[in-house]
Amino acid sequence: MKTGAKILVESLQREGVETIFGYPGGVVLPIYDELYDSPLRHILVRHEQAAAHAADGYARASGRVGVCLATSGPGACNLVTGIATAYMDSVPIVALTGQVPTNLLGNDAFQESDITGITMPITKHNYLVKSAGDLSRVIQEAFYIAGTGRQGPVLVDIPKDVSTGLSADVKLPEKVKLRGYNPTYKGHKRQIEKALELLGHAERPLIYAGGGVISSNASPELVEFATLASIPVTTTLMGIGCIPCHHPLNLGMLGMHGTEYANFAVTESDLMIAIGARFDDRVTGKIETFAPHAKIIHIDIDPAEIGKNKRIDVPIVGDVKAVLQDLLLLMKKRDAHEIWLKKIKYWKQHHPLKCPKDGALHPQYIIRTLSDLVKDKAVIVSEVGQNQMWTAQHFCFHNPRTWITSGGLGTMGYGLPAAMGVHFARPDVPVFDIAGDGSIQMNIQEFGTIVSNKIPVKVVILNNMYLGMVRQWQELFYDRRYSYTELPPVEFVKIAQAYGIDGVKVESCDEVLPAFQAAIDCDGPFVMDFRIEREENVFPMVPAGAAINEMIGGHPRT
Amino acid sequence: MKPHTLSVLVENKAGVLSRVTGLFSRRGFNIESLAVGPCEEMEMSRITIVVIGDDARVEQVMKQLNKLIDVIKVTDLTENERVERELALIKVTAEPGGSRAEVMQIASIFRAQIVDVGAKSVTLEVTGDTEKIDALEQLLRQFGVKELVRTGRVGILRGAKTATSSK
Ligand SMILES: Cc1ncc(C[n+]2csc(CCOP(=O)(O)OP(=O)(O)O)c2C)c(N)n1
Ligand SMILES: [Mg+2]
Repeated sequence: MKTGAKILVESLQREGVETIFGYPGGVVLPIYDELYDSPLRHILVRHEQAAAHAADGYARASGRVGVCLATSGPGACNLVTGIATAYMDSVPIVALTGQVPTNLLGNDAFQESDITGITMPITKHNYLVKSAGDLSRVIQEAFYIAGTGRQGPVLVDIPKDVSTGLSADVKLPEKVKLRGYNPTYKGHKRQIEKALELLGHAERPLIYAGGGVISSNASPELVEFATLASIPVTTTLMGIGCIPCHHPLNLGMLGMHGTEYANFAVTESDLMIAIGARFDDRVTGKIETFAPHAKIIHIDIDPAEIGKNKRIDVPIVGDVKAVLQDLLLLMKKRDAHEIWLKKIKYWKQHHPLKCPKDGALHPQYIIRTLSDLVKDKAVIVSEVGQNQMWTAQHFCFHNPRTWITSGGLGTMGYGLPAAMGVHFARPDVPVFDIAGDGSIQMNIQEFGTIVSNKIPVKVVILNNMYLGMVRQWQELFYDRRYSYTELPPVEFVKIAQAYGIDGVKVESCDEVLPAFQAAIDCDGPFVMDFRIEREENVFPMVPAGAAINEMIGGHPRT
Repeated sequence: MKPHTLSVLVENKAGVLSRVTGLFSRRGFNIESLAVGPCEEMEMSRITIVVIGDDARVEQVMKQLNKLIDVIKVTDLTENERVERELALIKVTAEPGGSRAEVMQIASIFRAQIVDVGAKSVTLEVTGDTEKIDALEQLLRQFGVKELVRTGRVGILRGAKTATSSK
C-alpha cells in the first residue's frame, strides 16, 4: 500500500515530468513531504500565478506538458489567471491543487474554495479526486487530455485525505481511452482534394497561419507547402516563428498591429488558407470586410473553431501537421503566382515597418539591436502592451517556440514567470523577457525566484512610465485624456539589486548594445531599464471596428 | 430562429450537469427547457435540452458540447421525425357544486388524470407536447391555478433511428 502523495509523485514521474513549479500550504503538506526526497525538481515561486505561467512557458518552449502545484483556497485561486492564460492559447499544463479533506467539502472549511467549479470555464477538463485509488488513473488521463487534440490546461484537485489515504498499485492501461474524447487527427480525403482544387485555380492565394502550426510542430511542413505552391504566409501573434522572418514568402503578422502588406494581402486575396488559426477579432478587424474576395480553406484540429466567426468554403478538421503532410503528398509543384508576388513585393518595399532614427531612444531600435545581436540563439518572452507589439513587429524570429507571449488573454505579468519556465525547457540558450514598466511590476516578486534558483533570465524593461498601450488608445481615441495611465518613475536597477541581481539603466542609443552585451556576458539574471521615448506609439494600427486595410500610422498608399 | 431539441448523452458523474449548463450560460444561450435522467446504459445519463437559436448558433453550441470530455454524443432531434413529450401537474381550484364538474370534463377531453382531490381543489396530471399543455393551462386559468409544475421536454426519434452512443 502507498499513500496518495507517493502515488501522485510516481505518476508524475511516469509521465516524464522533471520540473514542477509550486508553492506549499496546509493541505499539500503530505505532497511536499513526498517531494522532499523525490527526484522531481521543485521550483519555489513567490506567487502561485507565477507557477502557472512558468508551467505554461515551459510547455510552450518544449512542446511538453508543464506542471504547477498550489495549496487549496488562496493558492488555488492565485493559479486562476495563469490557467486562463494557458486555456486561451491552447497550452498544455496540468495544475495540481490541494483541497480540504473530503469530509469537510462544501462546509466552507478553512481555505476551502471550489476550484473545480471556478476553473470549469477555463480548463479543458478538471477533476476532483475522491480516493487515493483513483489518483494514478486521473493523473494519466489529465496528461493525456492536456497534451492531445487541441491542447489545454487540466486541473486536478486533491483533498488532503486523498494524499494521506492508502491504496495498492492500480494497473493502468497502455493507452488512455475515453469514450467522450476522440480528437480527429487525419483530415478528410475528399476535403483535402477540394482544397487542392481551389488551390489549382487561385491567383492570389494567402496562408494565414496561427499558433496551431506551432503546437502541432508543423513548421517544416508549412514552409515546404508554402514554398512548393509559392503562397505568401502571414502569421498571427501566436503563429510568429512558424516561418523564418527573412523567408521571402513571409509577410509578418496580420491584424490590428500587423504589417500593412500582410493586411493588404488579406484584403486582396482570392483564396485564404487558414491553418491553426481562429479568426480572432484582433486579427480580423471588422469581420464582414475580412478577406472579402477570398474563398476560405480552414484547417484546424478543433471542429468548433470552423465556421465560428467566418463562413468557410472548405473545412478540414485534423491535426495541422498530418493535414499538411497529406496536402504535400497530393500536391503538384505550381508556377509562381507572378503578378501576385510582384504586387506583394511592391507593398513590402513601399510599406515597411517604421523604425524612427532621430537619435532619441526608440523601442523599435532596442528590439532590432537585440535581434541582430542574438539572431536565432535566444528565446524571447514578452509581457503585454506596446512592448509586446514592438517585439512581435521588429524582432526577427527564425524558429518556432522561440517567441513566447500571452495572446488570447493578454496577461500583463506573464513574461517574467513564463521566462523562468522557458529556461528549464531550453537551458541551452539565453532567455529574454521584453517587458513594460507596468507589466513587470505585476510579478516582479519573481526576481526572488530567479535569484535563488540561478535562472539567468535577462529582463529588458521598455520603460515609458506609462501603461503605454492604454495611453496610446487614450491619445488616439479619447482626446489625450490620460486617465490613470501614468506611472511614477521606478529605479528598476535598484529593485534588482535589492534581490541581488545586476542591472543597468540605459538612456541613450549608444548604451544599448553594450547593455545587451553585458547581459549576455553575465552568468546570472540581468535587468535592463531602458528609458524610452515616453509617447512612442505602436504603428501601423487598425482602429477597433475598422476594416484591416484601413490602417493609421502607415505609409500613404500609392 | 426556431427551437432545437438536443439529446445529450453524458457520463453519469458528479458535476456533469453543471459543465453542460455552464457552457450554455457562458456562451450566451438560453435554455428553454431541460430534463435529466438515467438512460439505457448504466453509466450514462441523458440530458434533453431545448434551445432557441439560428442554425449556425445551435451548430456552434453542439460543437462546444461535444468538446466536453464527459459528453459522449450530441444529437439534434429537430432534424428528424420524433416524439416529444412533457408532463405537468396542475392544482386547480375546483369546489364540489362549483367548478369541479367543469374541470373534470376539461381534464377528460385532454386525457389528463386526476391524481389528487382536496376539499377545494383537484390535481391533474397531463402529458403531451408543449402546445397541448399550454392549451390546458390556458383553459384552467379561469378556475384558478394554485400551483403548476412542468417537467422539461424529452424526446425520442421515430422508427429505427436512435440517439444512443455509437457502440
Ligand atoms: C492583468 C492585466 N491588466 C490590465 C491589462 C490591460 N492593459 C493592456 S496593455 C496595458 C498597459 C501595459 O503597460 P506596460 O506594461 O508598461 O507596457 P507598455 O504598453 O507601456 O509597453 C494594460 C493596462 C492587461 N492586459 N492585463
Ligand atoms: Mg509602460
